Amino acid sequence: MSQNQTVHFHPAEGFAERSRAAVNDAHLRRSFRGAMDFLQAKRLSQFPDADELSALRDLGKAIRLHALANLPDLLEQLEAKLQANGIQVHWAETPDQANAIVLDIAHRHDAKNMVKGKSMVSEEIGLNHAMEVAGIEALETDMGEYIVQLAGEAPSHIIMPAIHKTRQQIAELFAAKVPGVAYTDNVDELIRIGRDVLRKKFAAAEIGLSGVNFAVAETGTLYLVENEGNGRMCTSVPKVHIAVTGIEKVVAKLEHVALLNILLPRSATGQAVETYQNFISGPRKPDELDGPDEVHLILLDNGRTQAYADVQLRATLQCIRCGACMNHCPVYARIGGHAYGTTYPGPIGAIISPHLLGLEATYALATASSLCGACVEVCPVRIPITDILIRLRNEAQAASAGKLRGGGRARKPLQSSIWLVWSWIYGQPWLYRIVSWLMSRGRALAPSNQGAWTRSRTPLNPAPQRLRDLLRRPASG
Amino acid sequence: MSARENILGRLRRAPAGAPVPLPDVAAWFATTPVEDIATRATRFKANIEAAHAEVHETNAADWPSLLLEIAVQKGLGRLLVGHGTAQAEVLRSQPQHQLKLVSYEQPAATWRSELFENIDCALTAARSAIASTGSLILWPDASEPRLMSLVPPVHFVLLDAANIHADLHAAMTNERWAEAMPTNALVISGPSKTADIQQTLAYGAHGPRELIVLLCHRGAKSS
Ligand code: SF4
Repeated sequence: MSQNQTVHFHPAEGFAERSRAAVNDAHLRRSFRGAMDFLQAKRLSQFPDADELSALRDLGKAIRLHALANLPDLLEQLEAKLQANGIQVHWAETPDQANAIVLDIAHRHDAKNMVKGKSMVSEEIGLNHAMEVAGIEALETDMGEYIVQLAGEAPSHIIMPAIHKTRQQIAELFAAKVPGVAYTDNVDELIRIGRDVLRKKFAAAEIGLSGVNFAVAETGTLYLVENEGNGRMCTSVPKVHIAVTGIEKVVAKLEHVALLNILLPRSATGQAVETYQNFISGPRKPDELDGPDEVHLILLDNGRTQAYADVQLRATLQCIRCGACMNHCPVYARIGGHAYGTTYPGPIGAIISPHLLGLEATYALATASSLCGACVEVCPVRIPITDILIRLRNEAQAASAGKLRGGGRARKPLQSSIWLVWSWIYGQPWLYRIVSWLMSRGRALAPSNQGAWTRSRTPLNPAPQRLRDLLRRPASG
Repeated sequence: MSARENILGRLRRAPAGAPVPLPDVAAWFATTPVEDIATRATRFKANIEAAHAEVHETNAADWPSLLLEIAVQKGLGRLLVGHGTAQAEVLRSQPQHQLKLVSYEQPAATWRSELFENIDCALTAARSAIASTGSLILWPDASEPRLMSLVPPVHFVLLDAANIHADLHAAMTNERWAEAMPTNALVISGPSKTADIQQTLAYGAHGPRELIVLLCHRGAKSS
């Protein structure tokens, strides 16, 4: 692979500016606030029994922990089972390798048209761009993804890609971009327009591309869930189906899917079940009249083995991509998905992106958290997200690079010297006493401009009386 | 070194965490109370109706006339049926009716535009169903291919009420799925839908707009 076709993000730069712009965008704030309130309420209504939810989350976590504890063996078992079922398995260490595999398959079939089901991994590897460069139309067919692609944007949420757009904005987009369509902001009409455009595309495409929700090692099965039916179209109409997924999506047993899919739809959108659960265990048999002639699975690493190599950070890979952590994150609700600048936004984005893109490009994301722990409370597989955020902050500030790509890159000499002095003062009671006394006397000298702090807050002033002085005062009454 | 060897090598070199026993999923599902067929059927119906499907209770003798009646009411003209299935034969033997039966006999690639544009509805059987989520289980095969439940705007499904399991776990273990998975197994829980535009629910996104279940009770018709 000589060409580097992947789109590279540098979210650490510009993250603060993008967040500020988002916070000041009243439209965006309203879209996200409304959507988050709606999703939180719906999720809650699906889990009326707190004890049952707790037991379910324990089991969900146990299933994912079991899969990760046996990951290399399960991947080999999965590969053997898939191959026995007639599914071709490919491995990719990088986005470029994954795209090259897709292109190679496409070229063998002389393909010019690809229809895509929802796949965040395909976003992660910049697949659409790589296809476009090679002259292949890669069309998103999930309604939300279709809208986002039509607008030339990226998804702002992993489950609801067009969550940042209002109905009227979508109406204007369709009127401007879909040939022969007059303005309508009727949702049923808009969906009908999308359906009609995309039906023609399904029938014409040579390749269907999809993600995978879980890959079952026991049976060699790709498990995909969706509501619209576009995923089924992509995996059963074109003559070739290519699925791409991260190496962590494997589970040991078919029955594990039955349990995880109690948690997934309820946590994600607050629905009891998705409309379609699609179990794919092979290409069509000779006597079958439809279904793909070829099914491929691409297993992608892209930094996941780095997370795996660390026992604490490995928990990041338990994720089932439900999006509940972002739906409940006070930061995500205010800045939205695009401010993060990464494929995966919100709390999960902050903890997975450093492995995909390097800590130097992503350390700012780990700071975008009040550590309130709302994400930890809702995560269906109990990922200790806040612990991992703190760990990543430390890794980014560490004096040496450490084991993580881009470790130590957020360290600033002045800042770290200040902290050094601070910890020294706080470590010596006599010194602390003197310094705090001086601060309370000299409070008038505190500057009114305190940089980023005072941009949206009142200045910090030392108290006129130290806590120790207040405590020493005799209690009145 | 291949990508495969590199990836597996890195995973194998990683420190082993604490060993994790195989989670006992079956034990969790075993705690759900056992219900009789009638209760499961009632729960199935309520749940799938909540997901916007239509359920008509009938029996093995009456469903063909019921289907024809619904089709007329909805103004449906062309019904896609499986090749050589019992239900196709039964419909074919019905006395004069408006519905034109189209049989799925050729590979989809040879009549794709006809399938996508000129079929109003399809009829398939369900292998079984699930009470807890109101879901139909279909294992498409050579006689009832997978696109029958996806492409036509209206999907009729014939379901034997005796084949309703408590939940997905019961379905896959009772039917021993893990021993031999078909190329494609489907669990369908309503008509196609989307909420991608401002969280507003709309039906008929890419698959059927309407899902009509003909729930066949054995013996006397209930209700
Ligand atoms: S981290 Fe947990 S809550 Fe967030 S997407 Fe993953 S599984 Fe869902």
